[in-house]
Amino acid sequence: MAEKGVKVFGMWASPMVIRVEWALQLKGVTYEYIDEDLGNKSDALLRHNPLTKKVPVLLHDGKPIAESAIIVEYIDEVWKDGYPIMPADPYERAQARFWAKYADEKCNAAIYPVFTATGEAQSKVVHEAQQCLKTLEKALEGKKFFGGDAFGYLDVIVGWYAHWLPIIEEVSGASVVTEEELPLMKAWFDRILAVDVVKETLPPRDKLLALNKARREQLLSA
Amino acid sequence: MASEKSSSDLTLLDFWVSPFGQRVRIALAEKSLPYEYVEEDLLAGKSDRLLQSNPVHKKIPVLLHGGKPVNESLIIVQYLDEAFPDTPSLLPADPYARAQARFWADYVDKKVYDCGSRLWKLKGEPQAQARAEMLEILKTLETELGDKEFFGGEHGFGFVDAAFAPFTPWFMSYEKYGEFKVAEVAPKIAAWAERVGKRESVAKSLYSPDKVYDFIGVLKKMYGIE
Repeated sequence: MAEKGVKVFGMWASPMVIRVEWALQLKGVTYEYIDEDLGNKSDALLRHNPLTKKVPVLLHDGKPIAESAIIVEYIDEVWKDGYPIMPADPYERAQARFWAKYADEKCNAAIYPVFTATGEAQSKVVHEAQQCLKTLEKALEGKKFFGGDAFGYLDVIVGWYAHWLPIIEEVSGASVVTEEELPLMKAWFDRILAVDVVKETLPPRDKLLALNKARREQLLSA
Repeated sequence: MASEKSSSDLTLLDFWVSPFGQRVRIALAEKSLPYEYVEEDLLAGKSDRLLQSNPVHKKIPVLLHGGKPVNESLIIVQYLDEAFPDTPSLLPADPYARAQARFWADYVDKKVYDCGSRLWKLKGEPQAQARAEMLEILKTLETELGDKEFFGGEHGFGFVDAAFAPFTPWFMSYEKYGEFKVAEVAPKIAAWAERVGKRESVAKSLYSPDKVYDFIGVLKKMYGIE
């Protein structure tokens, strides 16, 4: 008999995991959070996501779902009478999915090198990250959030930038999201950080900063 | 393939042999939706219309609905389900089944074309690695398919079937370059490929394995690969 309830297999510093928490909290769903040691993954995680073995995994009444963007849509569909995460209009939904994919495939790949680049190489990767984010920023034009007036799907998917990017900037000494280069995104950061479910779930800044400093040192000395 | 202007006001910018474009053609056929098919001659260059409709990626397929562009093949297929709810849907109704379908379509999307391309582009050790990965991908999909007639299971021919079916004519080329047989490595996938190839929406959207093999030959010449 499958156990009832909602579990999230996550890791406190993971931005992919936080998306799932935001979605669940927007819907007012109670869940058990299991913090994984990614260097020593639990049997349960490996059993529930044998293919990629990654977090987040959502377990709903014993049934597992992997891939954060897919989990967020699932949550929206199951708790359909709660806070609307996806836009209602099919064309808007397609646009939201398009930008989510763009952000995850292109922007994440452009941001990651900023974390480790040093010296002259840094300005090149910063420029590329900015180009990617500028393209994404177009979807914010004339709006408070990517979702329009309210925090929506695309905000759930990329909202992590508001907390994690300033930390990446501090750790690497790079300046990516500036008033000059990305004014809309910078203003949106402030709105994201003021959203209730965001405030209630973000990992403590000092802890996240320390972890990323250590990780960067480790990567640079490897 | 419909070529006259249609009452559903759908236009598809596409390239004949693209498995990504074919997913959309299959979905449109499953839904009996009329549309204008526009062949983009990608080997000659990209049209202004394509560049304007997909400025971010500059890629086909692009669906224009009332002139508004939708990009990315799997996003287009989901859009068709949602914009035309009175037509047969490719995604199932149940949220858990939908999540599983999205997961496996995403898996096909991330793995098959890229790995297949490395199989015919590369030689030596990198090619051997691509071969090993392709076998792994086929076995993984075999396990997911299991004894189901279609990946869609109870739903019937569905989202994952539409996502993966366009790669079936590429199997022959993967087999030649990788020196393996799909029927030996993943017999259930081979049987599914045959079944799905007979389905009308698929049969009229795909080109023969020989045509795909020849096309790869054209690409190799273009890239200067022997």
